[in-house]
Amino acid sequence: MDTRKCECGHTNPIGTMLCESCGKPVDFRDTHDAQQQAFPDMRYEGMARRSQTYSRTIIDRIWNFFSSVKVAIYLIVITLIAAAVGTIFPQQIYIPVPVPTEADVANFYADTYGKLGEVYYLLGFHNLYSSWWFVLLLVMIGTSLVICSLDRIIPLYKALSKPRVNQHRSFLTGQRLFGETSSEAAVDTEAFMTKAAEQLGKKGYRIYREGDSLMAEKARFSRWGPYINHIGLILFLLGVLARNIPGFHLDQFVWVREGQTVAVPETPYYVKNENYQTVYWDENEMAQNLDLQGKVIPKTYRTDAILYLNKNADLPGAEPDLVEIQKGPIVVNHPMVYEDLALYQSGVREMELGALNFVLIDSKAGNKALGNLKLDLYSPQTEQQIGNVKVRVIEYFPDFIMGTDGKPATKSNQPQNPMFALEISADNGTKEKLVYLQGGFISDTENPRYALDIKMPDLIDITGLMVRKDKAVPFIYFGAFIFMVGVVMGSYWQHRRIWVHREDQRILMAGHTNKNWFGIRREMEHVIKALEIPILIQEKGKS
Amino acid sequence: MLITVSNWLLNAAFILYVISTIFFVVAVTGKRWSGRDPKEHERRFGGIAYTIAVLGFLAQAGYIVCRWIASGHSPTSNMFEFMAFFDFCIILAYLILYRIYRITALGAFVIPLGIIMLAYAYVFPKEVTPLIPALQSYWLHIHVTTAALGEGVLSVGFASGLMYLIRTVSQERATKSTRWLETVIAVVLMLIGFILMDSTYARLDQNTVFEMQQQQMDGAGQMKNVQVEYTLPAIVAPNGSTIIKEGPLTPIGEAPAWMEGKDAARKLNTMIWSVLSGLVLYGILRLILRKRIAAALQPSVSGIDPELLDEISYRAVAIGYPIFTLGALIFAMIWAEEAWGRFWGWDPKETWALIVWLFYSAYLHLRLSRGWIGTKSAWMSVIGFVIILITLVVVNLVIAGLHSYAGV
Amino acid sequence: MTRQMNKSNRTYVRIAILGVLLLALVFALYSSIVKDPNVVKAGNDAPNFSLPQLDGPAMKLSDLKGKAVVLNFWGTWCEPCKAEMPALQKQYDALKDKGLVVVGVNIGETPVAIQSFVKQYNVSFPILLDRDLQITKMYRIGPIPTTFFIDRDGEIEEIFIGQMNDAIISQKVANILE
Repeated sequence: MDTRKCECGHTNPIGTMLCESCGKPVDFRDTHDAQQQAFPDMRYEGMARRSQTYSRTIIDRIWNFFSSVKVAIYLIVITLIAAAVGTIFPQQIYIPVPVPTEADVANFYADTYGKLGEVYYLLGFHNLYSSWWFVLLLVMIGTSLVICSLDRIIPLYKALSKPRVNQHRSFLTGQRLFGETSSEAAVDTEAFMTKAAEQLGKKGYRIYREGDSLMAEKARFSRWGPYINHIGLILFLLGVLARNIPGFHLDQFVWVREGQTVAVPETPYYVKNENYQTVYWDENEMAQNLDLQGKVIPKTYRTDAILYLNKNADLPGAEPDLVEIQKGPIVVNHPMVYEDLALYQSGVREMELGALNFVLIDSKAGNKALGNLKLDLYSPQTEQQIGNVKVRVIEYFPDFIMGTDGKPATKSNQPQNPMFALEISADNGTKEKLVYLQGGFISDTENPRYALDIKMPDLIDITGLMVRKDKAVPFIYFGAFIFMVGVVMGSYWQHRRIWVHREDQRILMAGHTNKNWFGIRREMEHVIKALEIPILIQEKGKS
Repeated sequence: MLITVSNWLLNAAFILYVISTIFFVVAVTGKRWSGRDPKEHERRFGGIAYTIAVLGFLAQAGYIVCRWIASGHSPTSNMFEFMAFFDFCIILAYLILYRIYRITALGAFVIPLGIIMLAYAYVFPKEVTPLIPALQSYWLHIHVTTAALGEGVLSVGFASGLMYLIRTVSQERATKSTRWLETVIAVVLMLIGFILMDSTYARLDQNTVFEMQQQQMDGAGQMKNVQVEYTLPAIVAPNGSTIIKEGPLTPIGEAPAWMEGKDAARKLNTMIWSVLSGLVLYGILRLILRKRIAAALQPSVSGIDPELLDEISYRAVAIGYPIFTLGALIFAMIWAEEAWGRFWGWDPKETWALIVWLFYSAYLHLRLSRGWIGTKSAWMSVIGFVIILITLVVVNLVIAGLHSYAGV
Repeated sequence: MTRQMNKSNRTYVRIAILGVLLLALVFALYSSIVKDPNVVKAGNDAPNFSLPQLDGPAMKLSDLKGKAVVLNFWGTWCEPCKAEMPALQKQYDALKDKGLVVVGVNIGETPVAIQSFVKQYNVSFPILLDRDLQITKMYRIGPIPTTFFIDRDGEIEEIFIGQMNDAIISQKVANILE
């Protein structure tokens, strides 16, 4: 049997709590026993929720699993606990030191946090938020959101669109707020109901009349709040998922030296760092004298940048054909935005060696300065002519180290400790070799004719720019906005209903709301006072 | 000048809150004094207490305005300013909810909660510091203030949830409920103990200084051993450190080796002192009262309908939840997108804001769908507040991620 | 009768919705496992690029179609790169007539520095200069040396990370030469 028969003769679907025809609670004995508190849930005005109806096939079972609020709560709580576990130690992306290989990552956790850290790493908690099971949890929450909403939205619509005015007595007495006149009140029903309607109308209620019954209703729309906010959340999660569509999301980083123009990875753009500057707060600008103990507080990190479009971007690495498209500063909190590309100021290496400066001196000419020699550490010229003298770079090691084979080598491609071997040829054909290292020179000649006088090197700032593209963000914001609309509707308004019913010369009054019982009770008492009828509203203690 | 005025206003607010609390206590406990009409007594003293609380609130509003003008940014940029602002939001939320429900005893619980938060703020450096680049955004004002307001309203939900528990948990004999309730009270006392210890020792200048084995570059580019300074007497020393300035106590032991980090051991030391002082405070109170603290508090709420307390607690959550979502998650995401190029990055602070949100989402679902009202709901509001405190305090001081306010 | 219809309709609707959700799940899991969809994998075509040679004009990878290519990313500071250089040179010398090209992509160094290295190691195969690491980033190079073995159709046969010796190289080269 799929149906339940009410005393009135109507058959209702399984899951129905209030008869669809007469409104009497189904399978609810109409007693006035104080112990009897099993009054049906009012959420769908006693209508059946679809998922409760059948559970035969596997599809129905999965469906019913996800349509359960209990399951949703479990999912929320598990996600909550998992999220908390992920903050015990830093996630891999927040490790403060560089960890190039997986073994380094493992070592970092073991060395820094001991045994616990090791276990943390082994369980994969160092990448918890992108682990398959955490993603699975989030998708399950999404599934639960979709199915719970679908499952409830139809019965709610039905329930709200056909409000029942003439309720069964047991329905009214079963409400949390209920009161009735103790004796037979000799009043004119029509006049009384009109007066009640007027009073309730003043309180902002919409009035429905039907014979000896009246129902007043307020802020019905707030019942849609939860569904709207769930739709918002679904949109939000879809937006997050959409970020994974190829081309929707870009996350890159470039270091750009002052004066350098580099390709913005995975885009047809180039960016030039014209100038980088860190500004510090001046003491005069501070509202209060601070004892900073010689430290300074940064005010601005700023890169003056030019963004170019490479018209020859089809072939990566090929000679670019650049067209300037945007120019301006990039400051923390104020990225450079062009279409959906954004460049963020997010790091700097300041005062790095850019070029070495020397003055070439001829000892034979009475230590005469012949001219300046500049050795650019990022692109040294192979040959420079200074007066009649030719200076040739024979060898260059940007980050000098003595190799294991006893030969000079470099530790990296960054000019941290530059070493140059130079060949200086005079116009008469004599050649001298000179090696520059760590602020000193070694010459291959006994009494060299030429010497280099060290001048202040060029120091440059290298700015770190984060490159981001996130096409899904507007969609995600839209979802968040819908969520807020829904949650505000549902939280700051309450669906209130008051029933006034006349039966056997008695006047019955009941009230229901989804929250703020205090508020509706005050309104009911106000109306009772205005109507001058002896009703005392009783509030049932639920537990 | 303006800063001096703002500091005076904040001190005034603090004192007014304390006076207000005293009147609230008189209002709720003095009802049974002889020769008095209990209703009239509560009305009169409650009214005075409320008025003083409003005055305190106005003074604090004055502090905010003055400090904002003086510094050029909203006073939400460091731990001191944030905690003071959090207190302001708690009081604001109280004033709103009081206008709706008019329960005198609510003030007797919420105002002290506000005082604790304000006192906690005083533990941190009070100077007006200029904004570092990361904080120079109007989202600082919008995000932090909205988030704090949401948390403030949720805190009132905690206060009335706690009142509900004190009102309803039977004190006739010891049960699991009474023990947990005492634990919650003890934790609050630990926070008070910490504040008392820290503010006392900050004035005494009894610092202990340790030198650690780790080295760090100093301002002049020299490698130097890292030094750690304890304000509180040292119970645990940093692992593998030597004392270079003796304090009032010789450390009993060392922090475990995995607690590396410059400040880990000091935080552990502070934690131990907080727990100890909280337990001592609790012990003293138990000795004086000669019964469970909750039992001693019970008469102050005995006249209130528990359903109404439940309603207030739920209402506070229902009002606070959207504000919290907007401020601590949505505005946070928009700012993060603008400052860091990603709206979400699983930074510890972000994650904990999400945890708070998930927790209150569970609260609402349990309440609306599973009928968790009354006691269960009240316990949830208490746990919720603990999670908020973890988010605001523990994450900043212990886990420290991108939201690195100055810490103690 | 209509009830029966409704029931089967409902099942279809549910299957459809659950199916869509399952797709979302698969997509989400796939995205969480494959973190970088643009990663250069064995089996894919090697992305084309153009870079200047150390001495000579720019070279396009697509110009080498029809030849087997060993694309080696290296730097002079990298000891294993140095160590495998002679082996690469040996293979190049032996098999260049059979259609093998060894291409060394230098990561961000100056021509001066590379020049002396090339001379010291007697490298004669083409060395390309990736000055601002554009191609290094495009090929998602992590630790070096990293070597791509590309067959005559331009498809990546294999990616090898780490130092190689004669035996390894000749075996892998044989695969791409067929």
